[in-house]
Amino acid sequence: MSQKLRELWQLLRAMATDDAYERYLAHHVQAHAGTAPLSRRAFYLGEQQRKWTGVSRCC
Amino acid sequence: MRKFLWIMVALSGAFAVGGIALHRGETINAMWLVVAAICVYAIGYRFYSAWVVAKVLSADAGRATPALRLNNGRDFMPTHRWIVFGHHFAAIAGPGPLIGPTLAAQFGYLPGTLWILVGAVLGGCVQDMTILFMSTRRDGRSLGQMARDELGPVGGLAAIIGTLTIMIILIAVLGLVIVNAMKHSPWATATVFATIPIAVLIGLYLRNIRPGRVLEGSMIGIALLLFAVVGGGWVDHHPTLRVLFDMDSKGIAWFVIGYGFIAAVLPVWLLLAPRDYLSTFLKLGTVLLLAIAVVLLRPEIKMPAITQFVDGTGPIFGGALFPFVFITIACGAISGFHALVSSGTTPKLIGSETDVRLIGYGSMMLESCVAIMAMIAATLLDPGVYFAINSGPGVVGATADAAVTTISSWGFPVTADQMHELAREMGESTLFARTGGAPSLAVGMASIFSNAFGQGLLAVWYHFAIMFEAVFILTTLDAGTRVGRFMLQDALGHVWKPMAKTSWYPSVLIASALIVAGWGYFLYIGVVDPNGGINILWPLFGIANQLLAGIALCVATGILVKSGKLRYAWVTGLPLTWLAIVTTVATWQKVVSPDVRVGFLAAAEQMANKLASGALSPEQAAVAPQLIFNQRLDAALAMMLVAILWIVIADMLRVSWRVVKGLPVPPSSEAPAVALAEVRT
Repeated sequence: MSQKLRELWQLLRAMATDDAYERYLAHHVQAHAGTAPLSRRAFYLGEQQRKWTGVSRCC
Repeated sequence: MRKFLWIMVALSGAFAVGGIALHRGETINAMWLVVAAICVYAIGYRFYSAWVVAKVLSADAGRATPALRLNNGRDFMPTHRWIVFGHHFAAIAGPGPLIGPTLAAQFGYLPGTLWILVGAVLGGCVQDMTILFMSTRRDGRSLGQMARDELGPVGGLAAIIGTLTIMIILIAVLGLVIVNAMKHSPWATATVFATIPIAVLIGLYLRNIRPGRVLEGSMIGIALLLFAVVGGGWVDHHPTLRVLFDMDSKGIAWFVIGYGFIAAVLPVWLLLAPRDYLSTFLKLGTVLLLAIAVVLLRPEIKMPAITQFVDGTGPIFGGALFPFVFITIACGAISGFHALVSSGTTPKLIGSETDVRLIGYGSMMLESCVAIMAMIAATLLDPGVYFAINSGPGVVGATADAAVTTISSWGFPVTADQMHELAREMGESTLFARTGGAPSLAVGMASIFSNAFGQGLLAVWYHFAIMFEAVFILTTLDAGTRVGRFMLQDALGHVWKPMAKTSWYPSVLIASALIVAGWGYFLYIGVVDPNGGINILWPLFGIANQLLAGIALCVATGILVKSGKLRYAWVTGLPLTWLAIVTTVATWQKVVSPDVRVGFLAAAEQMANKLASGALSPEQAAVAPQLIFNQRLDAALAMMLVAILWIVIADMLRVSWRVVKGLPVPPSSEAPAVALAEVRT
């Protein structure tokens, strides 16, 4: 039961992009080991900038 | 067993569709529409989409997607398909599928409903999925880039002009929708104003206090928004504040224009991004709530299946059933705008090629379902009430008595007392001539919600619905202005290099001002036009959106032919043909029709004659030259749009012809195939 709840919570976080930074860190450790990753805030701001540079909302 | 189940689905679907088509009683239960929709979607998804994915697109689960090959932990990242589905649906679903069906309900519930179902299953869903798939095969390239690569520079340029035009008209018409919902409504105005500082507050929270914790930030924001809805009611009852927020439509239009400019030049994290999170959660929550309420309540639809306005004399917009129902309902059936989202952001998240079926086809099905819900909310009102809210003063008369007399004479009885009582219940001074669809949808939603979840809160539910619509109309407005600004900066950069720098402030200000001036102009004219403005702008928006869909389907058809799938080219070719016919006929009628409520040129001429003969009142005469110029401009714009569509079609046919004849064509821009196993290791 608690396993199911945890999965649901993870899904909700993923939908809201709450887990984006953790996923970025996981990727960073694997692909760019040894270099410093962005801070949580810098990552968030960079992602917003990227998201709103193209068409991301419709009519 | 499986087979039996699907036969049952097919039979119930056929029974429900037949039921809504042949029913001729006083009222019909909304569940007929719901059942018909669910069965049609289920069959479309289970059979048609599976066939298209397997045979036409030949999606290959063993081929690595760009998310896997180019994974950078940010925009390219393989993501669970249900999560991509959620993101993609949130991106494509805007106010369009709520407004179009509400306006098209003037023809009765049947024509719009059938077009939403058939258009989505055979057109819109196919377009979204096909473009999503093709962009995935091309590392997430945009529609414009694909048009240029696969067809040639003409197609590419057409896609850019089409996108820019649709953006400007879309923003103008959405701006007009909220102006009409807010004019002389202190409650709505105060609530919508309050959404701006709330969004800024959440923006600061997500940047400074708890960076990137979107879920908790959004929950706080939504609580504040609900509080703002109730707070608007206090403002409405306060003698001084009430006057302060009681604004006329010109005042609100100027506010929207100024707001649009400021929002487009502010950093995105401050206003745009947080408000988008709020509007997305609100949208998903409200749509879900509406679906639950409709099923719980099973309301009766009071609008006839078909009204006399199919002949083109409709009060909400002029023009006959064919072609205008297909222009009025774009989002919800087929929306070219989706092709811009399907190419670009979403393809970079797809983990497996076969996921395009759920994400592309499935999301559009859900959006179509939202359109069905909007149709139900519009048609469960008394038809007389529906027409009284949605008809402009230029059509039914400027006073309440004149309006109810006109509308009752059409066979849709309504009284001034009934309208007055309804306005009082909704916490408004009047509901007459609140054109644009948002207020009548809000009345419909409020009555559903208050019946399902507790009586007596009608006014709160009404303003909740208005706030809900305004929040994502404003998001579309500044996101659209920003996209337009980037496109314009890019174009101006070809003339003078520094203009292309997206972070150079003089360039940002100039380009933003030009885009805002573009839609601000149409918005302002829409506000001063006594026929409501929606009558002009919504068809123009529909034509622009179908043009974009036409370009997307041309690109898709061209790619299918080039990849040796000529015999399956009808899958995108058929919806393309239909859109080309509809758009061309609609444009032709909008330009040359002698009916002044349909033809731009006829309307311009009639007004010019009235102006010359002195038949206009001084205030009408003051705006007449602007309105005359605008009608002619609209005619030119519509002709330009349809000309672009035919140029792209001709270009696609040229390329296809060369393929068939074995002549050289631009090479495929598909990324080379990489097997899944090679990426994983």
